[in-house]
Amino acid sequence: MTGLGGEIKERLHRWTLELGGPGMRERLETLTPPRNEYGVDPYGFDVDYLQAAVAPLLWLYRKYFRVQPHGLENVPAEGRVLLVANHSGQLPFDAAMVEVACLADKDPPRAVRALVDRWVPTLPFVSTIFARCGQVVGTPENCRRLLAADEALLVFPEGTRGLNKPFARRYELQDFGPGFLRLALESNAPIVPVGVVGAEEQAPALFDLKPLARLLAFPHFPITPTVLPLPLPVRYRIWFGKPMHFTGSPDDEDPVLESKVARVKAAVAGLLARGLEERRHLFW
Amino acid sequence: MAVPGSTPVPPPEERDPLPALPRSVAITGIAGNLGKKLARLLHGETRLVGIDRRPYRERPKDVEHHQLDIRKNRVEDVFRHGQIEALAHLGLKHDPRERQSEAHSFNVAGTQKLLDLAVRHGLRKVVLLSSANVYGPLPENPNFLPEETPLLGAARFPNVRDLVEVDMYVQSFMWKHPAVETVILRPVNIVGPTVRNAPSNYLRLEHPLTVLGFDPMVQLIHEEDVCRALAVALRPGVRGIYNVTGPGEVPLSAVLAELGREPVPVPHPLIRPLLRRLFEARLSHFPPGEVDYIQYLCAVDGSRFVRDTGWAPKYPMGETIRSVLGSR
Repeated sequence: MTGLGGEIKERLHRWTLELGGPGMRERLETLTPPRNEYGVDPYGFDVDYLQAAVAPLLWLYRKYFRVQPHGLENVPAEGRVLLVANHSGQLPFDAAMVEVACLADKDPPRAVRALVDRWVPTLPFVSTIFARCGQVVGTPENCRRLLAADEALLVFPEGTRGLNKPFARRYELQDFGPGFLRLALESNAPIVPVGVVGAEEQAPALFDLKPLARLLAFPHFPITPTVLPLPLPVRYRIWFGKPMHFTGSPDDEDPVLESKVARVKAAVAGLLARGLEERRHLFW
Repeated sequence: MAVPGSTPVPPPEERDPLPALPRSVAITGIAGNLGKKLARLLHGETRLVGIDRRPYRERPKDVEHHQLDIRKNRVEDVFRHGQIEALAHLGLKHDPRERQSEAHSFNVAGTQKLLDLAVRHGLRKVVLLSSANVYGPLPENPNFLPEETPLLGAARFPNVRDLVEVDMYVQSFMWKHPAVETVILRPVNIVGPTVRNAPSNYLRLEHPLTVLGFDPMVQLIHEEDVCRALAVALRPGVRGIYNVTGPGEVPLSAVLAELGREPVPVPHPLIRPLLRRLFEARLSHFPPGEVDYIQYLCAVDGSRFVRDTGWAPKYPMGETIRSVLGSR
């Protein structure tokens, strides 16, 4: 079913090591999440599965999007942390590329869990593959529990508003919900702002076909020149900012929280501005 | 495997010894497989009085049994003459083939009747065996549901409705009668060599149907561990609502692989209509509404029970899974 067959898994794993370059095997061996005799943690994350399943994403990372990460040392090697990033590109390759950056180019690597939308568990295959790779549904309870266990979470406060916005509004940050900041305050977790440059241009959306989205129970149904939102081979640049520490009560009045949210949003915007300024070409 | 989010519990020898069991315990549903197990665990330690419509085979000599419907007035005689101090209520029916009105009357009216008697005859303890299925398998569930989660299990699966109603009735009883120590246990899927419930029967199929592309994490608990949890809940000082989890969480596919099953994956738009036909034609006993349990997550956080009572499951995951294969 969604369990990879033994031979396929072995082949994918070899591919991961090949794409990862020298030292990849040793680096991946330092990943030791808790797991039971069936190889999974309580959320269904299977680190062996991840090392095989990541191969096609690692190919995208190295050969297709040719991702350039900057400031990976700003992601703490251990302890609870929230990575807060802009979301774009119609299909969430940006999430995958941030996670692959932390696996393949960070030393020692860090398994980052992205928080996925609540409709993901209704999708066949996707739900299972995501769970085995460590992704969890982004409910506040899950986030609290994972931060308490000193895990690294990847959050997109814009949600699908950012992911599926039309091309004309590229690199305009949408509203940041305050949920991530409450979590950071409650769990006393630092926030690492992340700016992803390039994903905006991978699948320019002309418009959002809302009736079809409703019919399919999708959050959006963007129409791109290729009809399906297949990504173009743009070059990604991912900028990781300095960790931000916030203090205060998660139950503070909205204006107090909003000013903190605005500081995180400004940090992400700053990384995007710098990334866009330093970018010489969309594809190179 | 550690219970997620749990705080370390001191090993049993460092904790205060548990207070003694009540001197006499009435058990409903004692003639069922789980009831028998519980009776065998407790009968040396306290006086047991069984109430069940079914005859009680292989009854230990020191266990008293009354073959009675819990809705009958004669049940009061058992309480009046039995000097009963505690009630363990396991006698709920959940046969999907039975007439729903009859099961509903037995489960809900029967429970109300028993609790009235418990108050009238000064019982100090009531323990209800509910189930973690009362929360319901919903796609938007967090990975570990705490006890405060609303009971939405009946929303998509009407067979759980009785259980939800009984659970909520006992919750209101808990607040209305603080003098009675009331405990609601919500264990995860109970499996074992003798139990014949839906999850055990499913795992006994050679070719179980699965939902193509879905592989939720499942939680199982061994029947003996549930009996030990009931025994702990019966002791003075324990009160409240508790999830009870077994040795941890595993993907459904790993459970089926451990048992050597050959699952038959069916695409999700087809599986419910297919099962409805099979169920109506009596070719399968899998109620179509229960597909949610093999498609979505309904896993709970059992750390509170462990923290408050020191109980821990004895059976590791592999043994718990293999226990459905039969008695060892």
